[in-house]
Order: sequence, then C-alpha cells, then structure tokens
Amino acid sequence: MAELTLVEAINDAFHVELERDPDVMVMGEDVGRAGGVFRATAGLRDRFGPDRCVDTPLAEAGILGSAVGLCMAGWRPVCEMQYDAFSYPCLDQLITHVGRYRWRTGGAMEFPLVVRMPYGGGVRAPELHDDSPEAYYVHTPGVKVAIPSTPADAKGLLAAAIRDPDPVVVLEPKLHYRTLRGEVPEGEHVVPLGEARTVREGTDVTLVAYGAMVPLAEAAADALDDEVSTEVLDIRTLKPLDEAALLAAAAKTGRVVIIQEAPRTAGYGAELAAILAEKAMLDLRAPVVRVTGYDVPYPYWQIEDAYMPSVERVVDAARRLLEF
Amino acid sequence: MAIAREAEPVGSLQEVKEAGLDREDLLGVYRNMLITRGIEERGHILYKQGKIPGSFYTGRGNEAAAVGVATAMDDQDVGTPLHRDMGVHISRGVEPWRIFAQYMGRADGPTHGRDGNVHMADSRLGLLAMVSHLPAMLPVAVGCALAFRIREEKRVAVGWFGEGASARGDCHEAMNLAGVRKLPVVFVCDNNQWAYSTPTYLEYATEHVADRAEAYGFEGVVVDGTDVLAVYRESRRAIEKARGGDGPTLIECLTLRMEGHAVHDDAFYVPKDMFERWASSDPIERFRTWLREHAELGDAEEDEITSGVKKLLNEALTRAEESPLPDPSSLAEGVFATPEDLDTPHHK
Repeated sequence: MAELTLVEAINDAFHVELERDPDVMVMGEDVGRAGGVFRATAGLRDRFGPDRCVDTPLAEAGILGSAVGLCMAGWRPVCEMQYDAFSYPCLDQLITHVGRYRWRTGGAMEFPLVVRMPYGGGVRAPELHDDSPEAYYVHTPGVKVAIPSTPADAKGLLAAAIRDPDPVVVLEPKLHYRTLRGEVPEGEHVVPLGEARTVREGTDVTLVAYGAMVPLAEAAADALDDEVSTEVLDIRTLKPLDEAALLAAAAKTGRVVIIQEAPRTAGYGAELAAILAEKAMLDLRAPVVRVTGYDVPYPYWQIEDAYMPSVERVVDAARRLLEF
Repeated sequence: MAIAREAEPVGSLQEVKEAGLDREDLLGVYRNMLITRGIEERGHILYKQGKIPGSFYTGRGNEAAAVGVATAMDDQDVGTPLHRDMGVHISRGVEPWRIFAQYMGRADGPTHGRDGNVHMADSRLGLLAMVSHLPAMLPVAVGCALAFRIREEKRVAVGWFGEGASARGDCHEAMNLAGVRKLPVVFVCDNNQWAYSTPTYLEYATEHVADRAEAYGFEGVVVDGTDVLAVYRESRRAIEKARGGDGPTLIECLTLRMEGHAVHDDAFYVPKDMFERWASSDPIERFRTWLREHAELGDAEEDEITSGVKKLLNEALTRAEESPLPDPSSLAEGVFATPEDLDTPHHK
C-alpha cells in the first residue's frame, strides 16, 4: 500500500493500465507534454510515447468523435475533458454516437472508451470550472458513470472503466485531488463498477452520497455522533447503480438523506429518491429528503459556500427526519 | 504557403493620421495600454495576497492587439473580447475600479460577484461577456452582425478568438455563416502561439489561421500583433469594409503570451529562448519607442502619463476594496425573468 493523493492515484492507475494493456491510450488537451493541467497524466508520454498519450487540439467534440473511431480500430481510448463544463461540447458525440452504437449494431461493435474529467466546486474557480454534470451522462442510454470519493477508489474505478467493454464516464472530485490522501493498493487494483461502499455503519439515519459529498457526509455523521448512529453509503457507480446496497442501507435506518452537489431539479438524487419511493416504502419511517445545490449557475467564490451543501444543512436534514 | 495578406508596419505619423488617429489619440492609445498592463500587474499582486482566489489570467504581450482593435471600433459597434483582451474593456471605457471589483468577486463588478476573472463585460459599452468555452463567442458575434444586417444598421460586430480555439467546430460554423451571408463582422484571432501547453503546429496545419478566410469567401490578413498602429490600421480598414456592406474579414494578430496560461502555470513547456524573444518584442515598449521617435513624446509628458495611470489605478483599487461582497441570499436572482422584466412590449 502506498499513501497517495486522489490525483496521484489516478496517475498510478494510468501507469498500471497502459503497461498492462498495449491497446489502452490517452488523449486530450495538454495531457502529453504538460502531463495534464492537474497532472493526472504526468509521465505517460515519456514512458509510453506520444502515440499512446496524444496531445490534441482544443476540440472536445473532435476528441470524443475520434475516440469512437479509435475504438472501431481496436483501441481503448481514455479521453480527458479538462474541466467538467468543458465536456459539454462533446455531448453531441456522446449522445449521438457513443451511447448508441453498440445497440445500433446489435452488439456487434463495442466502444470500450472512457471519458474522465475533474468535476465540482469548492476550489474558488471561475464559472464553468465547477459544474457537476453527472445527470447528463447518467441520462444517456448506453453510458456508465462512476464517481470516486477516495484515492483507492479513484484508482480502482478508473481501472474498471478502462477494462469495461462499454463507454464509462468517470467524474473525479477536483476539490479532493490534493486534499485527500489515502492508502492505495500498488499494482493492479480494480473496484468493480456497480458496487456501492458502506463508509460507516449506523442504525438511525442513512446519508447517501457520491464523490465530493462523501467526505461531507462523513463530517456530518461526525457532527451527529452524540445524538444518533449514522450510516453513510458511497454510491460510487451511478450507473449501473447498486440498488441492493441502497435499499439495504435505507431499510436499516428507515431515514434517508441524499446529498448531491449538482443543481436540485432532475438531479441524480431525484433518481435515488424515486427508487426508494418505488421499492422501500414499507421500510421508511420518514420521507426521503435531499440536500443539494440550487437551480442556478454555479456561482463565484464569494457566494459559492452558500451554494454548496454544508455539514449544517445535512445535519439539519437528518434531525428533521428524526423528529418526523 | 501563406494565402492571407501579410500587413506592412505603419511608418510615419503622417500614415497614422491618414488612418484616422491624431497625436492626442495616440497618447490615449498608449495610456490605455499602460492601464491594461497596470490592472493585470495589480491583479497579480492581489492574487498573491490571496484576494483573488482560484487562478488569475493576464494578457501580457497582447495589449497592442486588444487596444489596437478596440480603438478602431465605433461606439455603436459591439465586441466579444476574451481573457487576453483587457485592453478592449479599457478602450471601451470600463472603469478600472469595476474590473478590480470583478477580480475580487465584489458586488460592484460587472457580474455582481457571480463570476470572476475576465468572465465579464459591460453590455452598455457594447461588450458581451465571454464564457470559458472558446470560441463560443464567435457565433454570438455573427448573430449580432446578422441582426445589424436585417435592421440595416450601420454597425459592426467584432468577435475574438485564439489560435487554440480555431480548432473547434463553432469557429468554422461562425465563419461559414458570416461568409455565406456576407455579414458585418470582423473576426480577430489573437495568435499568442500557445494554447495552454499546445504549440501552433499541433493546433492547425496552415501557415496562418487567417489563411482559412479564403475558404469562407472573405479576406484574411496577418498583422504583427505587437504593433498597435498596424493592428489599428488593419482593424479600421476591416471594420469600415464590414460597415460598408463588403463582408467579413479575419484578422490574425501575431502576438505573445509573455506569461503562463494563467498565474499558476510556470509554462515549463515553452522554450526559454522564446520567452527571451518575447521580452524583446514587448508591445508597450515598442509603442513607447515609436512615440518618442515619431511623435515627440518627451520625458515630462511620459512621466505625466505614467503617474496619471498609477494614480488612477491606486484609487481604483481602493474603491474596489470598499465594494461590498455579494449578498448570498441573492444567489437565485436573475435565473429567470421577474414580473417586472415582463413589462415590455413583447409581453403585452
């Protein structure tokens, strides 16, 4: 085990997976010479050559469209979108090609590509460098979505995404790229897609989160320690969802708070709440509540704390459920 | 092989007069270039002091390109300047204190503290605020030009982009539409030779970005972007041509990025000798020398301009720091129209 930051763990996953499989390649803006603006792809160009770590022009639709072609020729491309919101220009290719092609060919062609990007706020960046766009991806048929919250999962989920036969979008919480350190298994490490992680066991209330909201949920659980026993569930893979783990965590306490950084309406939290409404009704002792961002463009730093879900808002929500 | 016309430098004061600038105008241009750099230098200090969190972007080396084009625009024209084009905001009359307020996320910045850096513009001065996505503003500029054409207004839209952004599809879409409809728009490419870490030869395969104009059915011009007078002359020519109904022009300003992509970037990927060459082609120093040689700029007058700029910026900074922080409870205001916003002829 090595103690790594989250972004170092991603870099480690790349070195392991590119070594392991000669068909895996990386492409994106500034990924080669510069090693990525967050250094996620550092050292890959030197080690594996410029054909397996390709600096592209500034053209996100072109990057993802080219990746589709690369897949057709047998490669397993990993595309970096430099920031969350910079991925929007590639949505056309994602929705019209990536998510549909296997289905259109009756399963005859596969698209084992990965789109990864830093996502989320809290880093005092200007607009369009802070978005949480997971719902767009989850909503696209044929696309899997994973969001790690720890260095070990960042490595393991990226490895699983690279090895997966289908397109996977991996969103990485940039807030924790360098603020979170943790034990990361050396060498090959795969966290299977579709498995949630129980972060802590509890009996009174369940906090459900993913990505940057998981450490927040843990802090809220700490804050509630004197009052109640709190379960924290890290969803890890948004699609395919580990429904059994969600339902089990809900049944255990009967009270569920879903935490989501993205704007509220039609966010991923709404999907989780709908599943609980459909399948956990008799286990619930209180309504499912969401603590989310607001339906506004992500604001600049002087007011971003007012936007972001906070420990206080999560604790409040949990108390409301306990008093219900 | 270059296809675009390569513009000549401007020689004498007489040539400048023919292009429409008198001596007072020239000193104004110089002053605007100094304000532009001064704002960004002070912004850099604010960043180091922690008063601008996140990152901070400058256009050091791009002052002549930005000020030169903006000086050639008329009041009724519109433009979409980008993150290296502080000189456009200054030349159009945005008050420096409001820019400092924007940098620091204060309520008096053009975005009322909702966004930072150069993600701003004052629409009352005919400027439209950029977004991070480049060249997303080009189709917007083309839309303005289409509106002017339909209403038969003698106005021109200026759309900015960088050579990095020239690789994106919306660049093509904007230029194609502008060419097809022969719209009153001028495309300005600030070619500073680096798209973050990516050099020009990995961004485009023609000799010049402006060579593409031919394919869209309009003129392309390459101009030395460190020569404010040449930039002005070519921009004036292109803007008046557009105003006269003779269609778009693509002006490529060959300019410099004398710093990293942003202040957090040490630009280790840029060869050292390139930085040295850039330092010796500083556009402000170049124009200062020109003014001394051709327009009798003397020590006393230069000192007066320099100290005037310093005073302006010091006062601006003080005023900006007194500007309040945005009220968090205003977070949701402005996402949609309010009933008062509906009190217009469109909604009756």
